[in-house]
Amino acid sequence: MSDAQAPLAEQFASLPQQAEASRLGMWAFLCSEIMFFGGMFAGYIIYRHAYPAAFAAGSRETDVFYGTLNTAILLTSSLTMALAVQSAEVGKSRNIVRFLLATIFLAVAFLAVKGLEYSEDFHKHLVPGRAFADAGEPKTQLFFYFYWLMTGLHGLHVLIGICVLAVMARLASRGRFSAEYHNPIELTGLYWHFVDIVWIFLYPLLYLINRHS
Amino acid sequence: MNSVNQPVKRYIAVWAALMLLLLLTWVVASFDLGPANTALALFIAGIKMLLVMLIFMQVRWHSRSVWIFAAAGFFWFLILVTLTLSDYLTRHEVKSLF
Repeated sequence: MSDAQAPLAEQFASLPQQAEASRLGMWAFLCSEIMFFGGMFAGYIIYRHAYPAAFAAGSRETDVFYGTLNTAILLTSSLTMALAVQSAEVGKSRNIVRFLLATIFLAVAFLAVKGLEYSEDFHKHLVPGRAFADAGEPKTQLFFYFYWLMTGLHGLHVLIGICVLAVMARLASRGRFSAEYHNPIELTGLYWHFVDIVWIFLYPLLYLINRHS
Repeated sequence: MNSVNQPVKRYIAVWAALMLLLLLTWVVASFDLGPANTALALFIAGIKMLLVMLIFMQVRWHSRSVWIFAAAGFFWFLILVTLTLSDYLTRHEVKSLF
């Protein structure tokens, strides 16, 4: 521990107690995130139930190759994140930095692929509004409202994740974490895996409706 | 210490399983199974979520209070969807009474 700042805050009796408290706090935050995304998922369910054909038509317009590639990228970034936490548990600071940088790299790759996809969607006139490809079909536009809003907010979470990961990588490179104290790395991991889980559901709901015909 | 400290191999195995499940969803989606398509896709997504939560997020090795916190959000979401759909799925029946 090269830092003067003690890892144990004074209101806690021990590091494990502090770790448990912060872990529960993080899960409480993730619950609020589930509620945040849950409203959108519930809206999606209602309108997909009301207009199944229009949602299937909208989904067919999305690029399933980009979607699948991005799912693979995010799942892999969850692995590198889990390995960063594992490195922290055995106190290997250099490995923490390596795995965090790998996670950041994959997160940036995810956003880059999303950017390519957004640009393609834009050129195919899939943005709801006056220039929408099939202006006579407001119900399909509704699917694309959900598409842009849900992937956009998810992308924002990825962006925030990149910032947090970068801060953690910097702290780890300064030797702030050890086998005894690595709580921030664990909490960052929880957030990152949550972002992955949201995408695990967005993938089949947005890209895979009626792919067979 | 309440560190979980699992072998690296276990995380890699879970990642391999997740990739296989991704491939499976993609293949399944290319067949016409009617309403079963959506059910299967969500079922596979559910398994992926459980793998990520239990192993990557280490819920499996943590205390009961972590289990409760982790389940609470999903339980709330279930309430939201159930109550909302109990309205939307039964509207036509109410109308037909009049």
